[in-house]
Amino acid sequence: MAKRVAIVGTGQTFHKSHRPDVNGQELINEAVQRALRDAGLTIGDIDAIVIGNMDHFEGINYVDCWSVDGAGGFMKPVLKITTGGTTGCTIAIGGYHLVASGMYDKVLVIGWEKNSESDTSGAITTAFDPIWDRLVFAGAISGLAAEAQAYMARYGATDRDAARVSVRDRKHALNNPHAQLRKEVSIEEVLASPMLADPIHLLDICPRTDGACAVVMANEDSAEKLCENPDWIWGTGNRHSYAYIGDADMGRLTSMERTAREIFKKAGIREPRKEINVIELYQPYSFAGIIWIEDMGIVPPGKGAEYIWSGATDMGGELPVNPSGGVISCNPIGATGLVRCAEAAMQVMGNAEGRQVPNVNFAVSTGFGGCWWTDMILHGKKKPNY
Amino acid sequence: MESGDAAQPFDYAVGMHGSKFFKELRDNKKIMGIRCPKCGKVYVPPRGVCGPCFQEMSEFVEVGPGGYIGTYTILRFAFIDPETGHQKPVPYGYGFIKFDGADTLFQHYIDIEDEKKVKIGARVEPVFAAERKGTIKDIQYFRVVD
Repeated sequence: MAKRVAIVGTGQTFHKSHRPDVNGQELINEAVQRALRDAGLTIGDIDAIVIGNMDHFEGINYVDCWSVDGAGGFMKPVLKITTGGTTGCTIAIGGYHLVASGMYDKVLVIGWEKNSESDTSGAITTAFDPIWDRLVFAGAISGLAAEAQAYMARYGATDRDAARVSVRDRKHALNNPHAQLRKEVSIEEVLASPMLADPIHLLDICPRTDGACAVVMANEDSAEKLCENPDWIWGTGNRHSYAYIGDADMGRLTSMERTAREIFKKAGIREPRKEINVIELYQPYSFAGIIWIEDMGIVPPGKGAEYIWSGATDMGGELPVNPSGGVISCNPIGATGLVRCAEAAMQVMGNAEGRQVPNVNFAVSTGFGGCWWTDMILHGKKKPNY
Repeated sequence: MESGDAAQPFDYAVGMHGSKFFKELRDNKKIMGIRCPKCGKVYVPPRGVCGPCFQEMSEFVEVGPGGYIGTYTILRFAFIDPETGHQKPVPYGYGFIKFDGADTLFQHYIDIEDEKKVKIGARVEPVFAAERKGTIKDIQYFRVVD
């Protein structure tokens, strides 16, 4: 039987499009120091480290090796996990497994990226099949655009519906001092921004960010001593669906559907819309804000836009999504999934400050990336009942 | 791998199934898929294993060459093509083609001379290169035919 695990501390850097004031190691250290301070620990208390980024992005691989000083990994077990866009969430799942297995008591999880030091679209393209995928593939935006077209054709959604999501997240970001972009926009401004790949406008999509995030996980024995309100991890899951982009069911995120079903069933959640209080969705562009809440089972297929327009996912609504401003407001790719995890943890712990949703019992954080992969974590205020 | 005057030290294997695809494309202008003996799904490009069934596949099936647009986008932003190191010429049509008789989508360029014609469900056909070399560029692009 797995041990119960909780998040007892989180730390994020100051995020910006370009951080020439620090190198990668120093950037990592900024997040690590904050997470340790938040947990009331020193590096000596940490038993193992899980670290990850987009690997080939900066043109310097083996982050587990060269970051040791900044990560605090000197003479400790350091494991690296890289799974593309999902990396930040996968390292959290990896850290959870290390503690839940009973192998380690306290594990430090670190995600980071200096996107300014790479060509993101070019680098992402090389993650796909050289023979079959690369001729026309243009990084993340092209695939997401094809997904949006398929969804719109199937359900009659429009780019105005998507713009409503962008308006929401950019407004939420005003409450988050860690968000890179903090400027309110209108629906008309989103629709008038340059078309990148039909139907994605510039203001529909995430930026590239330099930043890092760190999270401290502890087993049940330590967590309750360290933290008054730890964030208990109720379940984690991930699903990979296929090899070539053309195999995907364009317009639906089947990996999200399967992962959510597994986790909610395990936790006994029958009506996610009512039982979950906040979602930190790895939503790289606005259209996903409509499509993926359907796949998660929050609303039925084709009803996402209606739910967004009702204001239900705004702060103060039935189920706020992305109180942090989400990925559209800040996207240090290898850290992005871990930022979702950290923000969900802060919501459960009650220390999300200006972006706090009241009375959070359950929160969900997700990761998205690779070939339409989903990683997911269910966070809870109470201890898991299994 | 070569691009213009530059050569890169990569030499990717396409495998036996992919080789069959490129030989038929080059010599006979035929599009080959492969059928899973368990679920019956026809995959393009052909490959050795059906992932969901985890079943070996060997039954090649000719598909297309006509089909329709499963989904698409038109790329309008500037980016560096990692295949060439140069900026990719934009705009271009990025199509996911469903060949007649296939169950998966095949990615390629779509002609966007008349953007209004480019939509999901539109019938398309491949435009073959005059001199074919057994590469993905033996199909130059797809054009909307209705």
